[in-house]
Amino acid sequence: MNEIIDLTVWQVAFAYLFVLIVLALVRIRGIKREKEIVISSVRMTLQLVLTGYILVYIFNNPSPFITGGIILLMEAFAVYTVFKKFKGRLSNPLKKVIAFSMSIGTLSCLLYFLFVVVRISPWYDPQYFVPIAGMLIGNSMTGISLGVKSLLEGMTTQKALVEETLMLGATPQDATRSIINSTFDAAIMPTINSMVGMGIVFLPGMMTGQILSGTSPTTAIAYQIAIMLGILGAVALTVIIMLQLGYRTFFNKEEQLY
Amino acid sequence: MFKFIDVRYKGVLDLPTLYIEKEKITTLVGASGSGKTTILKMLNKMISPTQGRILFNGVDLKEINSVAHRRRVTMLSQSPAMFEGSIRDNLIAGLRFQQREIPSDEVLYQVLEQVKLKKSLESSANTLSGGEKQRLALGRVLILNPDVYLLDEPSSALDDETEEIIIHMVTEHVRRENKTLVMVTHSKAIAEKYSDTIIEISEGRCSSRRCNNERNH
Repeated sequence: MNEIIDLTVWQVAFAYLFVLIVLALVRIRGIKREKEIVISSVRMTLQLVLTGYILVYIFNNPSPFITGGIILLMEAFAVYTVFKKFKGRLSNPLKKVIAFSMSIGTLSCLLYFLFVVVRISPWYDPQYFVPIAGMLIGNSMTGISLGVKSLLEGMTTQKALVEETLMLGATPQDATRSIINSTFDAAIMPTINSMVGMGIVFLPGMMTGQILSGTSPTTAIAYQIAIMLGILGAVALTVIIMLQLGYRTFFNKEEQLY
Repeated sequence: MFKFIDVRYKGVLDLPTLYIEKEKITTLVGASGSGKTTILKMLNKMISPTQGRILFNGVDLKEINSVAHRRRVTMLSQSPAMFEGSIRDNLIAGLRFQQREIPSDEVLYQVLEQVKLKKSLESSANTLSGGEKQRLALGRVLILNPDVYLLDEPSSALDDETEEIIIHMVTEHVRRENKTLVMVTHSKAIAEKYSDTIIEISEGRCSSRRCNNERNH
Protein backbone atom coordinates (compact mmCIF):
# COMPACT_ATOMS: atom_id res chain seq x y z
CA MET A 1 0.00 0.00 0.00
CA ASN A 2 1.22 3.54 -0.81
CA GLU A 3 2.39 5.81 1.97
CA ILE A 4 -0.16 8.27 3.35
CA ILE A 5 0.05 11.73 1.81
CA ASP A 6 0.04 14.22 4.66
CA LEU A 7 -1.72 17.46 3.72
CA THR A 8 0.22 20.61 4.50
CA VAL A 9 -1.49 23.90 5.39
CA TRP A 10 -0.80 25.16 1.88
CA GLN A 11 -2.33 22.11 0.26
CA VAL A 12 -5.49 22.57 2.38
CA ALA A 13 -5.46 26.24 1.42
CA PHE A 14 -5.70 25.22 -2.25
CA ALA A 15 -9.03 23.55 -1.41
CA TYR A 16 -10.42 27.01 -0.60
CA LEU A 17 -10.39 27.64 -4.33
CA PHE A 18 -13.74 25.80 -4.33
CA VAL A 19 -15.14 28.49 -2.05
CA LEU A 20 -13.84 31.24 -4.33
CA ILE A 21 -15.42 29.52 -7.35
CA VAL A 22 -18.77 29.20 -5.56
CA LEU A 23 -18.57 32.87 -4.47
CA ALA A 24 -17.87 33.93 -8.04
CA LEU A 25 -20.76 31.82 -9.33
CA VAL A 26 -23.34 33.16 -6.86
CA ARG A 27 -22.19 36.74 -7.51
CA ILE A 28 -22.53 36.29 -11.29
CA ARG A 29 -25.97 34.71 -10.83
CA GLY A 30 -27.02 37.48 -8.45
CA ILE A 31 -27.79 35.05 -5.62
CA LYS A 32 -27.23 36.91 -2.36
CA ARG A 33 -25.57 34.14 -0.40
CA GLU A 34 -21.93 35.29 -0.28
CA LYS A 35 -22.05 36.11 3.43
CA GLU A 36 -23.48 32.70 4.38
CA ILE A 37 -20.93 30.85 2.23
CA VAL A 38 -18.00 32.74 3.77
CA ILE A 39 -19.30 32.43 7.34
CA SER A 40 -20.03 28.70 7.02
CA SER A 41 -16.62 27.99 5.46
CA VAL A 42 -14.75 29.94 8.14
CA ARG A 43 -16.89 28.47 10.91
CA MET A 44 -16.36 24.91 9.66
CA THR A 45 -12.61 25.48 9.48
CA LEU A 46 -12.34 26.96 12.97
CA GLN A 47 -14.58 24.31 14.50
CA LEU A 48 -12.63 21.45 12.95
CA VAL A 49 -9.22 22.93 13.84
CA LEU A 50 -10.37 23.41 17.41
CA THR A 51 -11.87 19.91 17.53
CA GLY A 52 -8.60 18.51 16.11
CA TYR A 53 -6.53 20.07 18.89
CA ILE A 54 -9.03 18.99 21.55
CA LEU A 55 -9.00 15.43 20.20
CA VAL A 56 -5.18 15.36 20.20
CA TYR A 57 -5.21 16.45 23.84
CA ILE A 58 -7.90 13.94 24.79
CA PHE A 59 -6.22 11.04 22.98
CA ASN A 60 -2.89 11.87 24.64
CA ASN A 61 -4.46 12.17 28.09
CA PRO A 62 -7.18 9.48 28.24
CA SER A 63 -9.39 9.76 31.30
CA PRO A 64 -12.83 8.29 32.09
CA PHE A 65 -13.96 11.71 33.34
CA ILE A 66 -13.00 13.51 30.15
CA THR A 67 -14.56 10.80 27.97
CA GLY A 68 -17.74 10.85 30.09
CA GLY A 69 -17.82 14.64 30.01
CA ILE A 70 -17.55 14.72 26.23
CA ILE A 71 -20.36 12.20 25.81
CA LEU A 72 -22.57 14.26 28.14
CA LEU A 73 -21.71 17.40 26.20
CA MET A 74 -22.58 15.72 22.89
CA GLU A 75 -25.92 14.48 24.28
CA ALA A 76 -26.75 17.90 25.70
CA PHE A 77 -25.86 19.63 22.44
CA ALA A 78 -27.92 17.16 20.40
CA VAL A 79 -30.96 17.62 22.65
CA TYR A 80 -30.51 21.41 22.60
CA THR A 81 -30.32 21.34 18.79
CA VAL A 82 -33.63 19.47 18.57
CA PHE A 83 -35.28 21.88 21.05
CA LYS A 84 -33.98 24.86 19.08
CA LYS A 85 -35.26 23.45 15.81
CA PHE A 86 -38.81 23.20 17.17
CA LYS A 87 -38.70 26.36 19.26
CA GLY A 88 -42.10 27.15 20.75
CA ARG A 89 -43.75 23.99 19.39
CA LEU A 90 -42.67 21.51 22.04
CA SER A 91 -44.54 21.05 25.31
CA ASN A 92 -42.45 20.55 28.45
CA PRO A 93 -43.45 16.88 28.76
CA LEU A 94 -42.44 16.28 25.12
CA LYS A 95 -39.10 17.99 25.74
CA LYS A 96 -38.47 15.61 28.65
CA VAL A 97 -39.38 12.66 26.44
CA ILE A 98 -36.96 13.82 23.72
CA ALA A 99 -34.10 14.24 26.21
CA PHE A 100 -34.83 10.87 27.82
CA SER A 101 -35.14 8.93 24.54
CA MET A 102 -32.00 10.53 23.08
CA SER A 103 -29.98 9.62 26.17
CA ILE A 104 -31.27 6.08 26.64
CA GLY A 105 -31.42 5.21 22.92
CA THR A 106 -27.90 6.38 22.08
CA LEU A 107 -26.11 5.45 25.30
CA SER A 108 -27.41 1.87 25.36
CA CYS A 109 -26.37 1.32 21.71
CA LEU A 110 -23.03 3.07 22.26
CA LEU A 111 -22.11 0.95 25.27
CA TYR A 112 -23.17 -2.26 23.51
CA PHE A 113 -21.19 -1.29 20.41
CA LEU A 114 -18.01 -0.44 22.31
CA PHE A 115 -18.04 -3.19 24.90
CA VAL A 116 -19.59 -6.11 22.99
CA VAL A 117 -18.83 -5.44 19.31
CA VAL A 118 -15.47 -3.56 19.33
CA ARG A 119 -14.40 -4.57 22.89
CA ILE A 120 -12.26 -1.53 23.62
CA SER A 121 -9.61 -1.38 26.28
CA PRO A 122 -9.32 0.65 28.44
CA TRP A 123 -13.11 0.92 28.63
CA TYR A 124 -13.02 4.71 28.31
CA ASP A 125 -10.60 4.81 25.34
CA PRO A 126 -11.51 8.20 23.77
CA GLN A 127 -10.11 7.24 20.35
CA TYR A 128 -13.11 4.91 19.94
CA PHE A 129 -15.60 6.40 22.37
CA VAL A 130 -15.69 9.92 20.94
CA PRO A 131 -15.99 9.34 17.16
CA ILE A 132 -18.43 6.44 17.50
CA ALA A 133 -20.55 8.39 20.00
CA GLY A 134 -20.52 11.27 17.53
CA MET A 135 -21.87 9.11 14.75
CA LEU A 136 -24.57 7.42 16.87
CA ILE A 137 -25.69 10.63 18.58
CA GLY A 138 -25.56 12.68 15.35
CA ASN A 139 -27.64 10.22 13.37
CA SER A 140 -30.09 9.74 16.24
CA MET A 141 -30.46 13.50 16.48
CA THR A 142 -31.40 13.64 12.79
CA GLY A 143 -33.77 10.69 13.23
CA ILE A 144 -35.51 12.15 16.28
CA SER A 145 -35.81 15.56 14.55
CA LEU A 146 -37.58 13.92 11.61
CA GLY A 147 -39.70 11.92 14.04
CA VAL A 148 -40.73 14.94 16.12
CA LYS A 149 -41.56 16.91 12.96
CA SER A 150 -43.73 14.10 11.63
CA LEU A 151 -45.39 13.54 15.03
CA LEU A 152 -46.26 17.23 15.45
CA GLU A 153 -47.60 17.43 11.89
CA GLY A 154 -49.59 14.21 12.28
CA MET A 155 -51.15 15.30 15.56
CA THR A 156 -52.14 18.62 13.96
CA THR A 157 -53.37 17.53 10.54
CA GLN A 158 -55.03 14.34 11.76
CA LYS A 159 -56.49 15.75 14.96
CA ALA A 160 -60.06 15.25 13.73
CA LEU A 161 -59.39 11.59 12.97
CA VAL A 162 -57.75 11.04 16.36
CA GLU A 163 -60.78 12.65 18.05
CA GLU A 164 -63.15 10.54 15.98
CA THR A 165 -61.28 7.42 16.99
CA LEU A 166 -61.39 8.33 20.68
CA MET A 167 -65.13 8.95 20.42
CA LEU A 168 -65.51 5.38 19.15
CA GLY A 169 -63.95 4.08 22.36
CA ALA A 170 -60.34 3.68 21.23
CA THR A 171 -57.42 4.10 23.59
CA PRO A 172 -55.04 7.00 22.87
CA GLN A 173 -52.51 4.42 21.68
CA ASP A 174 -54.96 3.01 19.11
CA ALA A 175 -56.06 6.50 18.12
CA THR A 176 -52.50 7.54 17.29
CA ARG A 177 -51.25 4.23 15.88
CA SER A 178 -51.22 5.29 12.21
CA ILE A 179 -49.46 8.57 13.08
CA ILE A 180 -46.88 6.70 15.14
CA ASN A 181 -46.24 4.18 12.36
CA SER A 182 -45.79 6.83 9.66
CA THR A 183 -43.61 8.88 12.02
CA PHE A 184 -41.35 5.90 12.59
CA ASP A 185 -41.09 5.44 8.81
CA ALA A 186 -40.21 9.10 8.28
CA ALA A 187 -37.51 8.94 10.94
CA ILE A 188 -35.89 5.67 9.96
CA MET A 189 -36.11 5.81 6.14
CA PRO A 190 -33.04 8.06 5.60
CA THR A 191 -30.91 5.55 7.55
CA ILE A 192 -32.34 2.62 5.57
CA ASN A 193 -31.85 4.46 2.26
CA SER A 194 -28.25 5.29 3.09
CA MET A 195 -27.64 1.62 3.92
CA VAL A 196 -29.12 0.57 0.58
CA GLY A 197 -26.89 2.92 -1.42
CA MET A 198 -23.77 2.32 0.62
CA GLY A 199 -20.76 0.99 -1.29
CA ILE A 200 -22.55 1.42 -4.63
CA VAL A 201 -23.84 4.97 -4.80
CA PHE A 202 -21.32 6.42 -2.36
CA LEU A 203 -18.53 5.49 -0.01
CA PRO A 204 -19.41 6.50 3.52
CA GLY A 205 -17.40 9.23 5.23
CA MET A 206 -15.98 7.14 8.02
CA MET A 207 -14.78 4.43 5.65
CA THR A 208 -13.30 6.96 3.25
CA GLY A 209 -11.50 8.65 6.14
CA GLN A 210 -10.08 5.37 7.38
CA ILE A 211 -8.91 4.32 3.90
CA LEU A 212 -7.30 7.72 3.28
CA SER A 213 -5.49 7.47 6.59
CA GLY A 214 -3.98 4.13 5.61
CA THR A 215 -6.34 1.54 7.08
CA SER A 216 -6.89 -1.54 4.91
CA PRO A 217 -10.20 -1.32 3.01
CA THR A 218 -11.36 -4.64 4.50
CA THR A 219 -10.87 -3.34 8.05
CA ALA A 220 -12.53 -0.06 7.09
CA ILE A 221 -15.46 -1.98 5.62
CA ALA A 222 -15.82 -4.16 8.72
CA TYR A 223 -16.00 -1.02 10.86
CA GLN A 224 -18.41 0.62 8.45
CA ILE A 225 -20.77 -2.37 8.49
CA ALA A 226 -20.69 -2.50 12.28
CA ILE A 227 -21.18 1.24 12.68
CA MET A 228 -24.08 1.32 10.19
CA LEU A 229 -25.83 -1.42 12.15
CA GLY A 230 -25.09 0.51 15.33
CA ILE A 231 -26.57 3.67 13.77
CA LEU A 232 -29.66 1.75 12.64
CA GLY A 233 -30.11 0.41 16.17
CA ALA A 234 -29.54 3.78 17.85
CA VAL A 235 -31.86 5.70 15.51
CA ALA A 236 -34.60 3.07 15.73
CA LEU A 237 -34.37 2.74 19.50
CA THR A 238 -34.29 6.50 20.08
CA VAL A 239 -37.28 7.10 17.81
CA ILE A 240 -39.29 4.19 19.21
CA ILE A 241 -38.77 5.35 22.81
CA MET A 242 -39.66 8.91 21.79
CA LEU A 243 -42.86 7.73 20.07
CA GLN A 244 -43.91 5.31 22.80
CA LEU A 245 -43.67 8.03 25.41
CA GLY A 246 -44.22 11.04 23.16
CA TYR A 247 -47.77 10.33 21.96
CA ARG A 248 -48.94 10.32 25.58
CA THR A 249 -47.87 13.93 25.98
CA PHE A 250 -50.70 14.97 23.64
CA PHE A 251 -53.27 13.54 26.07
CA ASN A 252 -54.15 14.38 29.65
CA LYS A 253 -54.82 11.84 32.42
CA GLU A 254 -58.46 11.58 31.34
CA GLU A 255 -57.40 10.40 27.86
CA GLN A 256 -58.46 13.73 26.36
CA LEU A 257 -56.55 15.60 23.69
CA TYR A 258 -54.88 18.82 24.86
CA MET B 1 -78.78 9.50 33.72
CA PHE B 2 -76.64 12.63 33.35
CA LYS B 3 -76.82 15.45 35.84
CA PHE B 4 -74.89 18.70 35.44
CA ILE B 5 -74.12 20.55 38.67
CA ASP B 6 -72.89 24.14 38.29
CA VAL B 7 -71.01 23.24 35.14
CA ARG B 8 -68.94 25.84 33.37
CA TYR B 9 -66.67 25.40 30.40
CA LYS B 10 -64.21 28.19 29.63
CA GLY B 11 -66.33 31.15 28.60
CA VAL B 12 -68.63 29.01 26.46
CA LEU B 13 -71.04 27.35 28.85
CA ASP B 14 -72.67 28.17 32.17
CA LEU B 15 -75.09 25.45 33.19
CA PRO B 16 -76.22 25.52 36.85
CA THR B 17 -78.40 22.43 36.25
CA LEU B 18 -79.11 20.13 33.35
CA TYR B 19 -80.67 16.66 33.33
CA ILE B 20 -80.58 14.05 30.63
CA GLU B 21 -82.96 11.22 31.24
CA LYS B 22 -82.22 7.57 30.72
CA GLU B 23 -83.85 5.79 27.76
CA LYS B 24 -85.23 9.04 26.43
CA ILE B 25 -84.58 11.10 23.33
CA THR B 26 -83.19 14.51 24.13
CA THR B 27 -82.37 17.06 21.48
CA LEU B 28 -80.19 20.09 21.86
CA VAL B 29 -81.14 23.06 19.75
CA GLY B 30 -79.70 26.54 19.49
CA ALA B 31 -77.70 28.88 17.33
CA SER B 32 -74.25 28.00 16.00
CA GLY B 33 -71.57 28.47 18.62
CA SER B 34 -74.07 28.32 21.49
CA GLY B 35 -72.27 25.33 23.07
CA LYS B 36 -74.30 22.32 21.90
CA THR B 37 -71.32 20.33 20.63
CA THR B 38 -69.42 21.23 23.79
CA ILE B 39 -72.16 19.59 25.85
CA LEU B 40 -72.00 16.40 23.75
CA LYS B 41 -68.20 16.31 24.12
CA MET B 42 -68.57 16.63 27.88
CA LEU B 43 -71.07 13.76 27.95
CA ASN B 44 -68.60 11.65 25.94
CA LYS B 45 -65.71 12.78 28.21
CA MET B 46 -63.80 14.20 25.26
CA ILE B 47 -63.55 17.33 27.39
CA SER B 48 -64.19 18.00 31.07
CA PRO B 49 -65.89 21.00 32.67
CA THR B 50 -63.52 23.70 33.83
CA GLN B 51 -65.81 24.07 36.83
CA GLY B 52 -68.57 21.98 38.39
CA ARG B 53 -69.43 18.31 38.10
CA ILE B 54 -71.27 15.97 35.78
CA LEU B 55 -72.81 12.86 37.31
CA PHE B 56 -73.41 9.75 35.23
CA ASN B 57 -75.85 7.40 36.98
CA GLY B 58 -74.92 9.17 40.20
CA VAL B 59 -71.15 8.83 39.76
CA ASP B 60 -68.93 11.81 39.02
CA LEU B 61 -67.58 11.46 35.47
CA LYS B 62 -64.12 12.27 36.81
CA GLU B 63 -64.17 8.94 38.66
CA ILE B 64 -65.01 6.94 35.54
CA ASN B 65 -62.40 5.59 33.12
CA SER B 66 -62.71 7.66 29.96
CA VAL B 67 -62.19 4.87 27.42
CA ALA B 68 -64.68 2.57 29.18
CA HIS B 69 -67.15 5.48 29.37
CA ARG B 70 -66.84 6.27 25.66
CA ARG B 71 -67.65 2.65 24.87
CA ARG B 72 -70.96 3.03 26.75
CA VAL B 73 -71.62 6.60 25.67
CA THR B 74 -70.52 6.94 22.06
CA MET B 75 -70.42 10.12 20.06
CA LEU B 76 -70.74 10.82 16.35
CA SER B 77 -69.25 14.14 15.32
CA GLN B 78 -70.86 16.52 12.87
CA SER B 79 -68.22 16.03 10.15
CA PRO B 80 -67.01 12.52 10.79
CA ALA B 81 -63.54 11.66 9.51
CA MET B 82 -63.11 8.51 7.44
CA PHE B 83 -60.39 5.96 8.01
CA GLU B 84 -58.19 4.84 5.13
CA GLY B 85 -59.61 1.79 3.40
CA SER B 86 -62.95 0.32 2.45
CA ILE B 87 -66.49 0.80 3.69
CA ARG B 88 -66.04 -2.42 5.65
CA ASP B 89 -62.89 -1.06 7.34
CA ASN B 90 -64.83 2.01 8.40
CA LEU B 91 -67.90 0.14 9.52
CA ILE B 92 -65.97 -2.16 11.82
CA ALA B 93 -63.39 0.42 12.98
CA GLY B 94 -65.06 0.94 16.36
CA LEU B 95 -65.46 -2.80 16.92
CA ARG B 96 -61.75 -3.26 16.22
CA PHE B 97 -60.76 -0.49 18.62
CA GLN B 98 -62.93 -2.09 21.27
CA GLN B 99 -61.52 -5.54 20.42
CA ARG B 100 -64.98 -6.94 19.81
CA GLU B 101 -66.04 -9.71 17.50
CA ILE B 102 -66.46 -8.71 13.85
CA PRO B 103 -69.94 -9.69 12.59
CA SER B 104 -70.64 -11.50 9.33
CA ASP B 105 -70.98 -9.66 6.03
CA GLU B 106 -74.72 -10.27 6.20
CA VAL B 107 -74.95 -8.26 9.41
CA LEU B 108 -72.70 -5.54 7.97
CA TYR B 109 -74.95 -5.23 4.91
CA GLN B 110 -77.96 -4.99 7.20
CA VAL B 111 -76.33 -2.01 8.90
CA LEU B 112 -75.65 -0.41 5.51
CA GLU B 113 -79.28 -1.01 4.64
CA GLN B 114 -80.34 0.64 7.92
CA VAL B 115 -78.46 3.80 7.01
CA LYS B 116 -79.68 3.62 3.39
CA LEU B 117 -76.27 3.08 1.88
CA LYS B 118 -76.43 0.81 -1.15
CA LYS B 119 -72.71 0.16 -1.58
CA SER B 120 -70.35 -2.77 -1.61
CA LEU B 121 -68.43 -3.36 1.60
CA GLU B 122 -65.28 -3.39 -0.47
CA SER B 123 -65.77 0.09 -2.01
CA SER B 124 -63.37 2.80 -0.95
CA ALA B 125 -64.80 4.97 1.80
CA ASN B 126 -63.04 8.08 0.55
CA THR B 127 -64.95 8.13 -2.73
CA LEU B 128 -68.28 8.54 -0.91
CA SER B 129 -70.15 11.85 -0.98
CA GLY B 130 -70.49 13.95 2.18
CA GLY B 131 -73.95 12.59 2.92
CA GLU B 132 -72.86 8.99 2.32
CA LYS B 133 -69.88 9.43 4.63
CA GLN B 134 -72.17 10.79 7.31
CA ARG B 135 -74.46 7.76 6.99
CA LEU B 136 -71.53 5.36 7.02
CA ALA B 137 -70.25 7.04 10.18
CA LEU B 138 -73.71 6.66 11.70
CA GLY B 139 -73.62 2.95 10.82
CA ARG B 140 -70.19 2.75 12.46
CA VAL B 141 -71.74 4.00 15.70
CA LEU B 142 -74.97 1.96 15.43
CA ILE B 143 -73.03 -1.29 15.08
CA LEU B 144 -71.34 -0.59 18.43
CA ASN B 145 -74.76 -0.63 20.11
CA PRO B 146 -73.76 1.63 23.04
CA ASP B 147 -76.09 2.50 25.93
CA VAL B 148 -76.09 6.16 24.96
CA TYR B 149 -75.87 7.67 21.47
CA LEU B 150 -74.56 11.20 21.20
CA LEU B 151 -75.24 12.43 17.67
CA ASP B 152 -74.01 15.83 16.56
CA GLU B 153 -76.21 16.93 13.67
CA PRO B 154 -76.30 13.43 12.18
CA SER B 155 -78.28 14.61 9.16
CA SER B 156 -76.60 17.92 8.37
CA ALA B 157 -75.30 16.67 5.00
CA LEU B 158 -78.55 14.93 4.00
CA ASP B 159 -81.46 16.09 1.89
CA ASP B 160 -84.81 16.55 3.66
CA GLU B 161 -86.22 13.19 2.57
CA THR B 162 -83.16 11.16 3.59
CA GLU B 163 -82.90 13.15 6.81
CA GLU B 164 -86.44 12.16 7.74
CA ILE B 165 -85.78 8.48 6.94
CA ILE B 166 -82.49 8.37 8.87
CA ILE B 167 -83.75 10.20 11.96
CA HIS B 168 -86.86 8.04 12.00
CA MET B 169 -84.72 4.89 11.80
CA VAL B 170 -82.38 6.05 14.59
CA THR B 171 -85.13 7.10 16.96
CA GLU B 172 -87.06 3.86 16.33
CA HIS B 173 -83.91 1.86 17.05
CA VAL B 174 -83.27 3.81 20.26
CA ARG B 175 -86.81 3.30 21.54
CA ARG B 176 -86.94 -0.37 20.53
CA GLU B 177 -83.61 -1.17 22.21
CA ASN B 178 -84.27 1.00 25.29
CA LYS B 179 -81.28 3.20 24.60
CA THR B 180 -80.66 6.85 25.35
CA LEU B 181 -80.17 9.38 22.58
CA VAL B 182 -78.85 12.91 22.87
CA MET B 183 -78.90 14.64 19.53
CA VAL B 184 -77.92 18.05 18.31
CA THR B 185 -80.08 19.24 15.45
CA HIS B 186 -80.50 22.42 13.47
CA SER B 187 -84.06 21.43 12.60
CA LYS B 188 -86.72 22.50 15.09
CA ALA B 189 -89.22 20.37 13.18
CA ILE B 190 -87.13 17.22 13.73
CA ALA B 191 -86.67 18.14 17.38
CA GLU B 192 -90.43 18.66 17.90
CA LYS B 193 -91.35 15.47 16.11
CA TYR B 194 -88.96 12.99 17.71
CA SER B 195 -87.82 14.30 21.09
CA ASP B 196 -88.98 13.54 24.57
CA THR B 197 -87.14 16.61 25.80
CA ILE B 198 -85.85 19.61 23.92
CA ILE B 199 -83.04 21.60 25.49
CA GLU B 200 -82.51 25.01 24.01
CA ILE B 201 -79.02 26.40 24.38
CA SER B 202 -78.59 30.10 24.06
CA GLU B 203 -75.31 31.90 24.73
CA GLY B 204 -74.08 29.05 26.88
CA ARG B 205 -77.22 28.77 29.01
CA CYS B 206 -80.05 26.29 28.68
CA SER B 207 -83.77 25.94 29.07
CA SER B 208 -85.53 22.61 28.61
CA ARG B 209 -89.06 21.48 27.98
CA ARG B 210 -90.80 18.17 27.65
CA CYS B 211 -92.51 17.05 24.46
CA ASN B 212 -95.32 14.59 23.93
CA ASN B 213 -93.46 12.03 21.89
CA GLU B 214 -92.84 9.48 24.66
CA ARG B 215 -94.18 6.05 23.86
CA ASN B 216 -94.73 2.90 25.80
CA HIS B 217 -93.13 -0.17 24.39
